Amino acid sequence: MFVPVGNASPTFKDSILIMPAVSVGNVGQLAVDLLISSLNMPCVGYIHTDCLIPMVGNDPYATSEESSSELCTNAEVYFLPEKKLAVLQIRSPTVKSKTRQFRHLILSWIKSNRFSQSILLSSSHAYQCDDRQLSGSPLRYLQTLEMKNIIGDKLQKLDLNELETTPAFPGIRETEQQLWIPGGGITKRFFTECSSEHIPLAVLLIFCSEGDNIPEAFTLMNFLNQWLHLVETTGLCKLGKPVDWHIMAVEEETKAPALKDKASVSELQF
Amino acid sequence: MATFFGETVTLSSRAVDEEDEEEGEDENEEDREIKRELEKKREVHLQWNADFSRQFETSSDKTLQISELIIAVGYNASGFLSAFALSSGNWETAGNISLWNEKSRFSRETSLEHPGEPSCIFYRKDENPEVLICQCTCYVAEDQLFQWADKVLGSIEKRSLKVTILSDCPVANYRSPEYISAIPVPFLKALKTRTYNENLCCSSLEQPNVVSGIPAAVLSYCQVHQIPAVLYQCYTDVVKLDSVTVETYKSTLSCSSLRKLIKPCTALSMEILKKLTEDNETQSNLYT
Repeated sequence: MFVPVGNASPTFKDSILIMPAVSVGNVGQLAVDLLISSLNMPCVGYIHTDCLIPMVGNDPYATSEESSSELCTNAEVYFLPEKKLAVLQIRSPTVKSKTRQFRHLILSWIKSNRFSQSILLSSSHAYQCDDRQLSGSPLRYLQTLEMKNIIGDKLQKLDLNELETTPAFPGIRETEQQLWIPGGGITKRFFTECSSEHIPLAVLLIFCSEGDNIPEAFTLMNFLNQWLHLVETTGLCKLGKPVDWHIMAVEEETKAPALKDKASVSELQF
Repeated sequence: MATFFGETVTLSSRAVDEEDEEEGEDENEEDREIKRELEKKREVHLQWNADFSRQFETSSDKTLQISELIIAVGYNASGFLSAFALSSGNWETAGNISLWNEKSRFSRETSLEHPGEPSCIFYRKDENPEVLICQCTCYVAEDQLFQWADKVLGSIEKRSLKVTILSDCPVANYRSPEYISAIPVPFLKALKTRTYNENLCCSSLEQPNVVSGIPAAVLSYCQVHQIPAVLYQCYTDVVKLDSVTVETYKSTLSCSSLRKLIKPCTALSMEILKKLTEDNETQSNLYT
């Protein structure tokens, strides 16, 4: 499943893993693009699986003529050993019948590589927010018990709210409360499965609508940076945008707001 | 979101579908059996001819000795190879891939020995048996793509293999800061794996354009397994087989794999091309 670039397989033990969920607005994927681009992270391997729809393109983070023709696949792992930071970028949706298999694949990869913490960046439909979620910050978090044992109440101290549960049967009192993350892709089930498997996992998600979701990616990344101090900043955001994002900016300027069709290495449209 | 009449309408997303019923929840043995049958029906079957099957069985690692694999995906790419490569020399059918999906014209039950419809055909020449051409003009579903690449490339010895893919793509899928109307169509763009060292015959596919389908599955496999591979994707505004689009592929003649195979423009090639395009023209009797 994980195939290293070259012959040497990197050691991920005790590293932090950051990965996106393919979710509304592709915000998690855009945020991961931002992280990889800002830290200039090298690709160390591929997740070669039949669970994701195949897709290839040229390097979206290329900064030179030479690197602009390096092939990228649908799921790649980037790693900075000196920061003990691994990032999995997922660039295409899961094959419809293989979503569960994919979650299990990633879960067992996390377990076998003994990452110290895993962080899932995700998003949820803003139009499905309930009254409590309509005001204040659009950011929310979830954490497994194992993650809480490691980081304590750090996320709360950073003024982040835990994702509220919703009644299983709205309007009926004393009904069971459940997690509901509409538009979140694999987020909810992955979180539940990580809880059952005792994996330290935190989910950071943002409520958003589809459109130009670069601002949401920055919001998510800025919070993550506030927590983990990944990129040096001096009051201004120094997160570097991938070079392919300029096409998105041009397309948004020239298209009417109602049109949602947008190009990005982080999305695959059919 | 609420509409004017107060009803709630689900918004569509480019990233995620509406949450489907989770597979596995509330499934009984009958459901699982149906699912297994469906998966079996959708399997990709690779069948080699007798010669290749013998070679396959007698090799120590159950692989074929192929040095050049050329894959044409789409009518124009296949038409190019039919007119300019397969028209000369003694090419014979070496094998085929058969598969079934929702867009197949034939049901599995009507097929003969091979399940599904023979949809991708392999050809090789007696005088050069290490070169294999594959023409694929059928629809391969998203859950079959990985299997397709895995089965084809998994059965070939990787050590000295080089892969060339020619593929058609609608120009509507091409993203550019310029207006598409300002770009002369059709045009070629290339993608290559890390280990492919030859010069490209055209410019590289710029970001944020991506490639999907069989070309993506094959290139991904080659990238992961360090096989030199190149894709030449032709962006065209014509959906069907078209001589102008076919001739665009002639730019790939400077690629070493194709230079050995493709004959310069001959009368026979042009005749075959003309016949192929005529066969595909929809005759309209609206004004007759």
